[in-house]
Amino acid sequence: MNNVRDKKRANKSLPFFFRTEFKVFFLIILVSIILLISTFSFDTVPPILNRGIQPATFPKGLLVLIIALTTIIYYLSFKKPWKKEKSLPKPFFLTILSFIIFIIISKTLDFFLAISVLSIFVSYYWGERRIFYLLLVSIIFPLVVFIFFEMILGLRFPPGIITNLYYY
Amino acid sequence: MDNLILMMAPLFSSKLLLVLLFGTLFGLVLGVLPGLGPTTGGALILPFTMTLDPLSAIILLTSIYCAGTYGGAITAVLINTPGTPAAAATCLDGYPLAQKGEAGRALGMATVSSTVGGIFSVIVLVFFAPILANLAYEFGQPEYFALAIFGLTMLASIGDGSPIKNLIAGAFGILISTVGKDFMTSIDRFTYGINELSVGIGFIPVVVGLFAISEMLTQSTLLDQVFKRVALKAVKLPTKDDYKKTWKTILRSSGIGSFIGVLPAEGGTVASLIGYSEAKRFSKNPEEFGKGSVEGIAGAEAANNAATGGAMVPTLALGIPGSATTAVILTGLIIHGVRPGPDLFKEQPEFLYGIFGAMLIANVLFFIFGFFGAKLFARITLVPNKILWPMIFAVSVCGTYSLSQSIIDVWIMLFFGVLGFFMRRYGFSVVPVIIGLILGELVEGTLRQSIVIFDGNWLMFLTRPIALTFFVLSLIALAFPLIRSKKNKKII
Repeated sequence: MNNVRDKKRANKSLPFFFRTEFKVFFLIILVSIILLISTFSFDTVPPILNRGIQPATFPKGLLVLIIALTTIIYYLSFKKPWKKEKSLPKPFFLTILSFIIFIIISKTLDFFLAISVLSIFVSYYWGERRIFYLLLVSIIFPLVVFIFFEMILGLRFPPGIITNLYYY
Repeated sequence: MDNLILMMAPLFSSKLLLVLLFGTLFGLVLGVLPGLGPTTGGALILPFTMTLDPLSAIILLTSIYCAGTYGGAITAVLINTPGTPAAAATCLDGYPLAQKGEAGRALGMATVSSTVGGIFSVIVLVFFAPILANLAYEFGQPEYFALAIFGLTMLASIGDGSPIKNLIAGAFGILISTVGKDFMTSIDRFTYGINELSVGIGFIPVVVGLFAISEMLTQSTLLDQVFKRVALKAVKLPTKDDYKKTWKTILRSSGIGSFIGVLPAEGGTVASLIGYSEAKRFSKNPEEFGKGSVEGIAGAEAANNAATGGAMVPTLALGIPGSATTAVILTGLIIHGVRPGPDLFKEQPEFLYGIFGAMLIANVLFFIFGFFGAKLFARITLVPNKILWPMIFAVSVCGTYSLSQSIIDVWIMLFFGVLGFFMRRYGFSVVPVIIGLILGELVEGTLRQSIVIFDGNWLMFLTRPIALTFFVLSLIALAFPLIRSKKNKKII
């Protein structure tokens, strides 16, 4: 309980633009406004064909609702500040980095190579050092998954430097 | 009598029985592993169900749902970490009792009360789902719109989170459902020239991202966490004294769980918290709660398992998910070409009663597996995260890709994984996003069709008694958590 109170006090002592609630409020409002502006570029249906409301009306209503509710939670946070979250540890950022590496490899080289690289990367940086287990998560298991999807489910994976060895 | 025979059909089909056995075992494994659970597991296995016929696929998903809900209790008792959110209340008394050297008794009580709660809820399902479905014949587009709005306003009271944040998440879920071609006019919305987005954002990438990938990121922040495990010799059946103490609690919680489950969007988590607090309120020894009370375990476990059958009532009768896992089951029904609603009861009774029977059998099966195999299942938690989560990632990626064989879906999954992590970090539940996404098309479709019917006159909604009732209930659903939060000073 004291811990939560301390975290809230720590958050309250920051300038308003560094506070968690402002950052969350700002981001939601910014994204919502960008999306709201983009709804004005949606095509419209000519009045003679229009049944009910225009296609942009419903998303517009939702975005206005999101903006209104977000403003309410920000207003309420003046009375009751949010607690300051602990800073994120290194493995979190490495996991995010592994996702980016996954996207790059899957787009340029090979889908399964991307899975293997991510698996070994995550497993290693999360603390696994035993070779057998690193091989298990990066080669043996993805291979089993590939065989299962390919042979049992009859799925065709996107072409790549490793997948092509199997397909051609 | 005919219906009873239809219910027992899974017992007489080796294929269905095999699916049930696998589903129950898989559900238990998922329930035991903290961070996974029946919702994530159901979403992960959904692409695989495409190789099955519709009945087998839904039986697989429902057995995972029943067993997974119970499985959460095993870790709650032994390592003080709920395997599923619905087992959070079980930790309060399960772990203290286990610390006293009575882990077997605690798990025995959890197993018995879960089974009773689960079977009770299937009976509720068998009787109430057809009644509710018959009522749905009276529904037109305006009534369905009002019902969907009621389902969405119920999101406000999900869990112990902030009602306003839940509503924002729900509105965001509906917004996601508007991506792609407008179903009435074929006009592109939020596609930004990306062809793959024209068909909309699929349910699987979103649910796998929000549950599995965001949990993987959460686990990356908890690597230094150490679980204190309590030794378990064997699961013991409750004694006569325990039964005497708890039978009323079990029945009361079964009723509470079934009722909460029927309410759209509510589920096992809310049911178990209410079941637990009611058990404490009615107990002759409330001071024992939190110190290892068997009534506390019974109250929470009977309620969360009773919510499984209850949550299937609106899912099957109206197509409105009763919980996050039933949202996955509803998706399973839709991708297998089964449209839930009153016509389903009329046209495919063998399908429905097959599901009811399968849920009944799943409850018996997890009793047997839980009773004899809890010790073994508890060992699953020994699999280190550094090995488990890369494997889950591989399955998530392949499963997501397999549904429409699109790499864009995998990227969408990763995007929602990161988004889900930050949502949870800042107190936004991800469950409303899923339910909003599921109900989005229904809300928009019925609203637009109602406006056509009413010739643009919105006030005509108020002339329809059923729709008006749902709107009033929606207002109550909105007001109740706000009043409760104000009392607890937890609006944000």
